[in-house]
Amino acid sequence: MTSAALVARSVSALAGGPWTRFGLRRFGRLLVSVWVVVTAAFLMIHLVPGDPVRAALGATAPLDVVEARREVLGLNDPLWTQYGRYLQGLLSGDLGTSMTSGLPVSQVIGDRLPATVELAVYAFLLAIAVSVPLGLAMAAATRGGRRRHTELAFTSTSVVLAAIPEFLVAVGLVFVFSVQLGWAPVAGRSGPSSYVLPVVALALAPAAVLARIVRVEMLAVLQTDYIRTARAKRLPRRTVSVRHALPNALTASLTLCGLLLGAMVAGTVLVENVFAWPGLGTTIVGSIVGKDYPVVQGIVLVYGVGVLLVNLTVDIALALIDPRSTIRES
Amino acid sequence: MRAKRGSTWVRALRTPVGATGAALLVVVFLLAALAPVLWSAQASAVDTSQILRGSSSAHRLGTDSLGRDILYRLLVGTRLSVTLALGATAIGVGAGLVLGTTPMWLGARLGRIVGAAVNIAVAFPGLLLALFFAAVFGIGATGAVLAIGFAIAPGFARLTQTLVARVAGLDYIAAARIAGVGRGRVLIRHVLPNIGEPLVVNATIVAGNALLALAGLSFLGLGVQAPAYDWGRLLAESLNSIYINPSAAFATGLAVVVAGLAFNLFGEAVARGLGLRTPSAAVVSDRGRRTPRAPAPARADGAPDREPALLAVEGLCVSFPGPRGATTPVRDVGLSMRRGASVGIVGESGSGKSLTALAIAGLIEEPGRVDADRLEFLGADLRGDRVRAHRHLLGTSFAMVFQDPLASFNPTMRVGRQLAEVAEEHLGLRRAPAWARAVDRLRAVRLPGAERRARQFPHELSGGMRQRAMIGMGLMGTPALIVADEPTTALDVTVQRQVLRLLESIRATEHVAILLISHDITVVSHVCERVLVMYAGRVVEDLPTVDLPRCRHPYTRALLAAVPDLATDRSRPLTVIPGRPIDPSEYPVGCAFAPRCPLADEHCRHVDPALVADGHGRRVACWHADATPAERVGDPN
Repeated sequence: MTSAALVARSVSALAGGPWTRFGLRRFGRLLVSVWVVVTAAFLMIHLVPGDPVRAALGATAPLDVVEARREVLGLNDPLWTQYGRYLQGLLSGDLGTSMTSGLPVSQVIGDRLPATVELAVYAFLLAIAVSVPLGLAMAAATRGGRRRHTELAFTSTSVVLAAIPEFLVAVGLVFVFSVQLGWAPVAGRSGPSSYVLPVVALALAPAAVLARIVRVEMLAVLQTDYIRTARAKRLPRRTVSVRHALPNALTASLTLCGLLLGAMVAGTVLVENVFAWPGLGTTIVGSIVGKDYPVVQGIVLVYGVGVLLVNLTVDIALALIDPRSTIRES
Repeated sequence: MRAKRGSTWVRALRTPVGATGAALLVVVFLLAALAPVLWSAQASAVDTSQILRGSSSAHRLGTDSLGRDILYRLLVGTRLSVTLALGATAIGVGAGLVLGTTPMWLGARLGRIVGAAVNIAVAFPGLLLALFFAAVFGIGATGAVLAIGFAIAPGFARLTQTLVARVAGLDYIAAARIAGVGRGRVLIRHVLPNIGEPLVVNATIVAGNALLALAGLSFLGLGVQAPAYDWGRLLAESLNSIYINPSAAFATGLAVVVAGLAFNLFGEAVARGLGLRTPSAAVVSDRGRRTPRAPAPARADGAPDREPALLAVEGLCVSFPGPRGATTPVRDVGLSMRRGASVGIVGESGSGKSLTALAIAGLIEEPGRVDADRLEFLGADLRGDRVRAHRHLLGTSFAMVFQDPLASFNPTMRVGRQLAEVAEEHLGLRRAPAWARAVDRLRAVRLPGAERRARQFPHELSGGMRQRAMIGMGLMGTPALIVADEPTTALDVTVQRQVLRLLESIRATEHVAILLISHDITVVSHVCERVLVMYAGRVVEDLPTVDLPRCRHPYTRALLAAVPDLATDRSRPLTVIPGRPIDPSEYPVGCAFAPRCPLADEHCRHVDPALVADGHGRRVACWHADATPAERVGDPN
């Protein structure tokens, strides 16, 4: 148990309502996770086997140049001093300096982040917009074991689509729509048409997974006692579906949405590289290859915190829709 | 254990998905083993006259920037791709197993710390972890394998933790521990063999994902480096020349997908096989419609007055289609109720009493089927789709109370809102007055702090409160009938009493009829004037409660005898009805109770007795109903 979690626990023992407890506990967990991410990012450069500066500058670099660079980066100080300095830098928005371009890492990230966020957000919205109505329609169509062939086709298609990694989908899309049909540009970020293929490539697998889950959840919810109660109240069929079934079906799907959105953050890395998209994904790969550790550290931090924020958002949304989850949080 | 495991894997091979996955896996492994031996020379033959050509008869998938044949490179690349994937899987599974079983190695406290760390790591997508480790280990095949391996570990550790926790709670593990068997020994001898199967299945699926992920890393240029090549690297190279030679990129991508799917499909098929139970072969029978018709109950229930029936049911059947033909769990049920009446239906679980209630309420869902010669409520015909036409009548006059009050309330809506929507829907009230009525009704069912409770969610109320609120929901309109399906079964004994008393007082003050469904004949006899006893989907006896001591069906007598009272000799075991209730798919030709009946003879086993009225307001379906008490074998009285 870390001290933050302990503090959260003892405070929650004093505080009253389930919402206060939920908020404190969730915030405590976020702090712990952020600390883990920050520490992992800091330790990365020290985990590299051998001398990272030697690796970055190459085997032929003169010893005094390597030493000078080590001194500049503060790598010769004791680990604790470096850790303290790193945390201090983070708090003041200083993520270090790129070893290759000499630009501040925060500036590199600031330049590249919007393109990545755009890609992820559009893809997420597309996945939701397609999969939720599709899953609901399939649930309605295949209820009570009807239309078994439709169900089989839907399930197997979604399983296969979900199993294909984004970068292969991306290559497939480029092959069909850019090379064969010439409808969309092969790469780059210029104008609305250049967004279509990357966004679709990123959204396809999550949409397939989500549509399947929404269908299964909806079918499960329609079987519950409280839906029978709603029907016993003789509410119109649409009211039963929209007011009583949908919110409950979406709570379970929402948990999955968090995982999918997190995976989507990672998926941007591959998709960006297929389409030469000027985002964080192309930058981190270039920096790993070029051993530009401060940039890699900074971007790992951004991705990690991004995933944590996604999870936090989902948990809060979940608590708003289904009040029982504030209790479950413990 | 071994034999069972073998049969599961073999059974998985017989399913179409499993067979496809296995066949593809065999092809992939054969290629991995043989292709480098057979075609290494062709794959590395440089031909500077054939640089970056498209598909031709000499080079089916064209050539790369050094004029090497891409098809051969693709085939030869299988080995490296598969080997690396298996290596990463081995690392990930090994690390995951160690992490996931730490509580058993290092004790609970250290185990908790490792568990917390695993939980944090699991929250991050595998590819992000892989990128992190790739940056640490440096680019190249070794780095990529380590990176993917470590990225797999947290997820696998989580799985192992879950499985170990499940097994560790079992009695024989606890016994081994108490007997002083060491932790490591318990783990290896007792725990791992029992969770081996799901672990192996998941490792198979993980191997497929590792293959895809490694292809991804190589594709990004972080994995395999020239001159070595795997599929990911080939894909990256062919993407650069996708305009000249699209078939190369397409074929390489296809190879990756197919190989990845092969692992996944095979693993999924086995996983599904593990969870599957083959349905026991049961005899098909559907005799629901063939049973002799019971006489119309309207005249038989001893109700001489002219007042129109509140509820009239004749020849009610409920059937469900099944893989071996339809089953009919409710057969030819008839009953009639007047205003303010109280009728109870008793029977063991599976006797069809709850389905009867749902069928009367028109709440049987597809694919279930309801047939009835007559089904009328307040003069409205409720058969088939006509239920919907009488929506408002039913919504205000026909109330239902279900067994489990927690499950029967929508967990995401406030209690008051769930009551209020009835008034909005059927009484045309606006939000505020509907809410006011909801609070008023909650007061009427004596819910303490009605106003506050209305604003709460169902899980914030106690079981008894919820059931009161559920009854209050039925009072939102002006009910003529409350159908209560096991309303007290899920409640504490003291609370049961209160709920039953509430139902009785509502019946008395509001002149509401109550149809009470219960497995408990004492509950029914306390509340109801009349009792219908159901067995195997049929009414076997129908009589006034006061006549229960003089009941004539051996099943009714058995139900009464099974109730302990103050005079019961507690030194002897409680009376039970021998045998089990019969499954609706196995109804026999004769009397369904015959196999458990002390009076049954050959006639009973071959001819099903009809429900016969005796002219004194009682009906019974038994060939031995008129047997004198002396003839009754095993008579409890």
